[in-house]
Amino acid sequence: MKSVAELAKQLKAKEISSVEVARDYLKRISEVDNLVEAYLLVNEDRVLEAAQAVDAKRMAGETLSMLAGVPISIKDNICTDGVRTTCASKMLENFVPPYDATVISKIKKNDMIMLGKLNMDEFAMGSSTENSAFKITKNPWNLNYVPGGSSGGSAAAVAALMTPLALGSDTGGSIRQPASYCGVVGLKPTYGRVSRYGLIAFASSLDQIGPLANSVEDVALALNVIGGHDQLDSTSAPVGMEDFTENLDNDIKGKRIGLPKEFFGEGISDEVKEAVLNAAKEYEKLGAIVEEVSFDLSNLSLPAYYLISSAEASSNLARYDGIKYGYRTENFDSLLALYKNTRDEGFGKEVKRRIMLGTYALSSGYYDAYYKKAQQVRTLIMEEFNELFKTYDALLTPTSPTTAFGIGAKTDNPVEMYLTDICTVPINIAGVPAISLNCGFDSKGLPIGMQLIGKAFDESTILNLAYQYEQYATYEKRNITIG
Amino acid sequence: MAYKDYEIVIGLEVHSELKTKTKIFCGCTTEFGGEPNTHCCPVCTGMPGALPVLNGKVVDYAIKAGLATNCKINQVSKQDRKNYFYPDSPKAYQTSQFDLPLCYEGFVDIDLDGETKRVGITRIHIEEDAGKLNHEVNGTLVDYNRCGIPLIEIVTEPDIRSAKEVRAFLMKLRTLLLYTDVSDCRMNEGSLRCDVNVSVRKYGEEELGTRTEMKNINSFNFAVKAAEYEAKRQIKLIESGGTVTQETRRWDEAKGVTISMRSKEEAHDYRYFPAPDLMPIVTSDEKIEELRSSIPELPEVRLLRYTNEDGLSEYDAKLIVASPHLSNYFDEACKQTKNKKAVANLIISEVFGRLNEDEKEEGIIPIHSTNLGKLANLLDTGIISSSIAKNIFATMWETDKNPENIVKDEGLAQISDDSELRLMALEVIANNEKPVQDYIEGKDAAIQSLMGQMMKLTKGKANPKMVIDMLKGILDERK
Repeated sequence: MKSVAELAKQLKAKEISSVEVARDYLKRISEVDNLVEAYLLVNEDRVLEAAQAVDAKRMAGETLSMLAGVPISIKDNICTDGVRTTCASKMLENFVPPYDATVISKIKKNDMIMLGKLNMDEFAMGSSTENSAFKITKNPWNLNYVPGGSSGGSAAAVAALMTPLALGSDTGGSIRQPASYCGVVGLKPTYGRVSRYGLIAFASSLDQIGPLANSVEDVALALNVIGGHDQLDSTSAPVGMEDFTENLDNDIKGKRIGLPKEFFGEGISDEVKEAVLNAAKEYEKLGAIVEEVSFDLSNLSLPAYYLISSAEASSNLARYDGIKYGYRTENFDSLLALYKNTRDEGFGKEVKRRIMLGTYALSSGYYDAYYKKAQQVRTLIMEEFNELFKTYDALLTPTSPTTAFGIGAKTDNPVEMYLTDICTVPINIAGVPAISLNCGFDSKGLPIGMQLIGKAFDESTILNLAYQYEQYATYEKRNITIG
Repeated sequence: MAYKDYEIVIGLEVHSELKTKTKIFCGCTTEFGGEPNTHCCPVCTGMPGALPVLNGKVVDYAIKAGLATNCKINQVSKQDRKNYFYPDSPKAYQTSQFDLPLCYEGFVDIDLDGETKRVGITRIHIEEDAGKLNHEVNGTLVDYNRCGIPLIEIVTEPDIRSAKEVRAFLMKLRTLLLYTDVSDCRMNEGSLRCDVNVSVRKYGEEELGTRTEMKNINSFNFAVKAAEYEAKRQIKLIESGGTVTQETRRWDEAKGVTISMRSKEEAHDYRYFPAPDLMPIVTSDEKIEELRSSIPELPEVRLLRYTNEDGLSEYDAKLIVASPHLSNYFDEACKQTKNKKAVANLIISEVFGRLNEDEKEEGIIPIHSTNLGKLANLLDTGIISSSIAKNIFATMWETDKNPENIVKDEGLAQISDDSELRLMALEVIANNEKPVQDYIEGKDAAIQSLMGQMMKLTKGKANPKMVIDMLKGILDERK
């Protein structure tokens, strides 16, 4: 299968048509998605129609954007005008947005082809995609294992070569952790880099849309398309955009990489630790300076994250009340019963758990002890990152403490499930960018991911470091076979 | 103990719609009315994924209201979410402000029969309005047109002591909001509503009594009546050995009573927290000064100018400053004449009279201010008499013609030529023996009959003062 960069080149040279490309991917989806179950929706007619339109433009000699005609698939919490967007929830099972998210407008403006909508944990709450109300997506490397989550559909579709590119969203690791489990590249941009307009909110101050692909360059190309200031999102940063592919092949001699020792301690599996430390050695071979550092507040990140994200979620998800759109119970005789039964029947277990947690954290009498305290911790974590980035260009950690776990293995133990995000949540709390990429396989043949964390709005540096590793380091690479 | 032994303590929370063209967080129109759910978009209907972008004008208007009520301005302010479930609130939270309102610690001086009383303003914050429920036979429908219309909530200190003061405060506040041009204050369209908090205590007591709150009252009269009723109800309750419970009550206009809605225990926990989709509101010194200088001369200042410089009575001046439109109209008209009192007289007697007759609002005076000023000047300079002025005014009301042209075209100028008038006076005296005789014999009132004849002769154009003096002069010599 070709990379996004290769596809773009061949499309531009008219060596292939976008209809051909689209057909290839639709064929692949029809062959393997019955096993992987990554897609919630694929509309072949719509896909081919869009591809034909791009081909027609190209034949007419129009100047097209670099990624024109390249397919992309979208996590199902990003609103697509006229195309059902469910958040993998019964609550929004039949919700068809009347508008496009800003990232979708950008994709359309660039004449990219939207293949379909991807499965996820309900409302992006989860780490395995098992919380989807509709289907359980499998890890393409071993169908008995989870793909990670919440962007499990995005990571699995990319890994299974059912799309060259996918968009996910990352609130506490939801792009990086599944990218790690599925052996693909996943980037969580700086908070404010990519517009959230049209991303169905889970936790507004943490959510960020980002790309997943099979190579670092492809992820950089996608960021070029989706990034940039958006007047429709007040939290979108008014910072300029650059070409994120430009510095990929820069020499990394003398770059300083910190290894925060707390990310290599208890709970991190030996195989993961070994693979990431090997990667650190590879970086040294490439000329980077790698040093052990300390990140003292790592143990406070997870509790702060669950308080802040659940508090915001409890408010963000209050609108699903059966009045305006989405699911409405048939069983009510009063307004209160309408609310209660709609929400009881429409939301899954994990979503309800977070709403209750968040409601409690914001309640009068508890606000200071929980929400406010968590925000104070957040400030300290930001400061600690700022301090480290005075000395280091990037930090290197495992993406998740282990490789993918078996389907059903953690569904009865939410705290154990939450711990799979221990390495990724501090990054969302600080709002900085981070990328996950493959650095080998464990004894079960499952991919191991490593995470590079960068300074705010300096995606360029971590993309450069990731690209250098991907191109020049020595580590085990495998081709996927499904089933 | 009796009613008069109790002090009534009232605080108000006034909600006023700001007159921005677009809503607080989206580009939808704020126009009143419209078919249900036609002034809406994904943002104001709380669609999944839609995000708010604050309308900068809302901040400007709120700060102007704050400056007009002598508030301090929080230069770093923020917005918060107030969470509650109700079908008129599509996001199930209202974006409001909790602990850092835009404006705080202000005051408004109200006039109570010549005495000035100061009412403290605790805070002014911005928030979004909710939609409207339409209850129909087959169920309840929601109209989100009003959803997202910007509001300011103005909270007073518990400084108000009577229903009469409630009215005086609301009237004054309305005037200030109209002058700063931040709200239309149209009660019938719900653009001004208030919550009334009432408690009572015996005179001399330091501690405030337990308060009740009457919510969402959309008329000054109702607010006054609710305050009056509620104070009496509480006193009666205490006098009969009961205690007041902290609760939310509703004013029932038809029955003229307040009715309990929910107790403190049933009160919402709004779970306020900082709105994560919105950035802090930062206002510079320069911006505040720019807004301050954009506020026109306020009614107190105008009142002083009218009474001290322009020679108006306090009563007349108050009538004119009651509305910025009228006051501006007056100021414009005054540019045409030195006699500002004449302008005021025309407005109060003629303009008000016609507006009443036509049941029109002062916003639509069909005579241009310049023309009214010119009419006053024609009167002041003696070119026309006041009876001619009335006729010209009537013509102007229909046509808005320049009164100078009317006078010229219709030859309505007053006859003030001494010799011309003398000739006519002699003619009238010669032809009216009876009244002449009566006057000479001491019946002073008889002069009016001769005056009438003069007016008939001149078609009302004779200068009345000159005529009277002249007739008296001639006849007094014959006494």
